[in-house]
Amino acid sequence: MSSSPQQTPPPVTDDVTPPDEVLAGVPELASGSLSAYVRAWLARVRSGESGVLPVIGGLIVIIIIFQLKNSVFLSANNIINLMVQASIYVLFGIAEVFVLLLGEIDLALGFTGAIGAVFAVWITGPPHNQPWFVGVVLGLAVATVIGAVWGLLTTRLRIPSFIVTLAGLLGLQGLLIFLINKLAGQSSGGTMSVSNGVINGIAYGHMSNVLAWVVLVVVVVTYAAITVLRDRQRRSGGLVTQPVGLGFLKIAAIAVAGVVLVLVCSAGSGVPWAVPIVLAIVLGWTFLLGHTRFGRYVYAIGGNAEAARRAGINLSQIRLIAFALSSLTAGAAGIFYAARLGSISSNVDGGQYVLLAVAAAVIGGTSLFGGRGKIVHALLGGLIVATIYNGMGLLNLSAATQLMVTALVLLAAVTVDALSRRNRTTT
Amino acid sequence: MSDEQAGVRPAGSPAGRTLLDDTPPLLSLRGVGKRFGPVQALSDINLDLPAGQVTALVGDNGAGKSTLIKAIAGIHAIDGGEMLWEGNPVQIHGPRDSSHLGIETVYQDLALCDNLDIVQNMFLGREALRGGVLDEATMETKANQTLSELSVTTVKSIRQPVSSLSGGQRQAVAVARAVMWDAKLVIMDEPTAALGVSQTAMVLDLITRLSARGIAVLVVSHNLNDVFQVADRIAVMFLGTLARTAPIGELTVSTAVELITTGNLTTSTDRES
Ligand SMILES: Nc1ncnc2c1ncn2[C@@H]1O[C@H](COP(=O)(O)OP(=O)(O)OP(=O)(O)O)[C@@H](O)[C@H]1O
Ligand SMILES: [Mg+2]
Repeated sequence: MSSSPQQTPPPVTDDVTPPDEVLAGVPELASGSLSAYVRAWLARVRSGESGVLPVIGGLIVIIIIFQLKNSVFLSANNIINLMVQASIYVLFGIAEVFVLLLGEIDLALGFTGAIGAVFAVWITGPPHNQPWFVGVVLGLAVATVIGAVWGLLTTRLRIPSFIVTLAGLLGLQGLLIFLINKLAGQSSGGTMSVSNGVINGIAYGHMSNVLAWVVLVVVVVTYAAITVLRDRQRRSGGLVTQPVGLGFLKIAAIAVAGVVLVLVCSAGSGVPWAVPIVLAIVLGWTFLLGHTRFGRYVYAIGGNAEAARRAGINLSQIRLIAFALSSLTAGAAGIFYAARLGSISSNVDGGQYVLLAVAAAVIGGTSLFGGRGKIVHALLGGLIVATIYNGMGLLNLSAATQLMVTALVLLAAVTVDALSRRNRTTT
Repeated sequence: MSDEQAGVRPAGSPAGRTLLDDTPPLLSLRGVGKRFGPVQALSDINLDLPAGQVTALVGDNGAGKSTLIKAIAGIHAIDGGEMLWEGNPVQIHGPRDSSHLGIETVYQDLALCDNLDIVQNMFLGREALRGGVLDEATMETKANQTLSELSVTTVKSIRQPVSSLSGGQRQAVAVARAVMWDAKLVIMDEPTAALGVSQTAMVLDLITRLSARGIAVLVVSHNLNDVFQVADRIAVMFLGTLARTAPIGELTVSTAVELITTGNLTTSTDRES
């Protein structure tokens, strides 16, 4: 029923394939035109693999709405502020993507980040006054160890990560209060100020305009060169390759987005350092997930853990590393948070940051059910979350409204995820 | 590695094949047992898998065929007995051990990751690397080659996720994954269950070709016509035990059915095992 004799072209293939393209052999996309790609993409959208375009569309719609309501929204300084705000959500979101891909969740991420930040702030402040990189390394290391503990508990004791990290959420909040009182002293009022200029500069430092343009040109040219070379190599090897037009569209889109970003920021105080740092982290983790065995195994475990086991993959090891890397990224988010506020205090709302991290990942298109997702989803989702918060803040909406609107957006994203998953399993 | 006790071997070489009698079989199971809590899924299994021969493993649902296969593949640790590989005792503790020995398995449930594409599934756990980075070009070329050798021509793109394939296409991918590597023993748990007529013929032909290349094949099937078409030897399981192992010429479809359903032959034509 599923297959047909191979000498003659198959009359009609099975129901899953779109009826308009019956292609014998493999290299459909190798020869593919943009229109064939668009048709394949529409088929993927129907099966719940919509990619990032709808998310970008959603972001643009939200931006337009806020701009219409308040013309300050798209001003240079608000955009710069929005970027710094978003960097925190994006980093927490990236951290959550790592574990969501495995089909796990980390509810403690917010406090993991806060505790990492406490150590970074403590070692770089008086009386220790260590240089910024000592603080960053210490903060990230502490966060990584916390993630490794969750990884060990879920893999060795086989406790669901939901429960382990729920305990972590409570435990780390307690630890945070304890640490701040211990390290900053009771008189501090539960707050430790960031005194290191470099760490503060993550949020408040800016690239010079020249540097920003140079970085932009280098990034776009490198990306274009890699895309063109790789596509040419693949095409000449007869491998599946994206259509030429699509490659150029992507390069153009990235160039345009970059130019707009730099232009807008240079009309204000300049591109905040948070932006290139976050983009570097996005690139690094995207490479790790897309081009290494570790990344491949993360997807495999999220897709079918038993199949991964039978393929000889060490599930515990991969899970442990993923939890550690997730918390490492949360540590970076915590340091960004401290940089933005200029301090870290014992009343960080780590619980809410976790939920917004999950929201960012899921809104961007990462599945809660494991195996599907990308780092770039957290980038887009984090931007959406930050935009909503920033825009509602400008409109002076109450905290109550802000929370409820965010909840609705999260619910909508999760619904899309669940529905597309149902579509996949019923095809 | 030399003279095994030839008496334990259930049967000689079938007609038309020359097998030196003092070569140990590729894999021998000696008294293998496996228990899942109260369920004794396998008890005292003695089975030889000679190189270059197709051994068919048949038996009713729940007889223990898949469990036996998973024990050989290292998915289930056995709790009794031993395995000899080319005459030497081996411990198979995990899937990596079995694939290092040269055992490739097509599982009944296929064990594919739905979210990964065809190439990614075929190389899962054994990705080609170049400078520490996944070498997609090499993997895609090799996967393409294997699929076209198997005449799997109905997939649209080798880069589509496995979730978008039909049941038969998925099975073809699982079979292709197993034969892509230079295996010495290929195990297939109902490899044709979801296949159409021409693809079934293709897999049966593939099984014959593998054995002609000197590879040992162990194939589970409920289709006795297929079994009698390709197998050199037949092993019948009944309630976790090996009821009978015989060259295919010693059984007919009806005696095989009787063995499968009752575990022994009442109309005994010849020796019992
Ligand atoms: N992981 C497991 N845990 C507990 N019991 C199991 C497990 N796997 C198999 N069994 C039991 O072992 C017995 C043999 O199962 P097995 O899957 O090997 O049968 P089979 O011969 O492959 O059947 P089928 O023809 O239906 O595939 C059954 O009673 C089954 O319930
Ligand atoms: Mg079975």
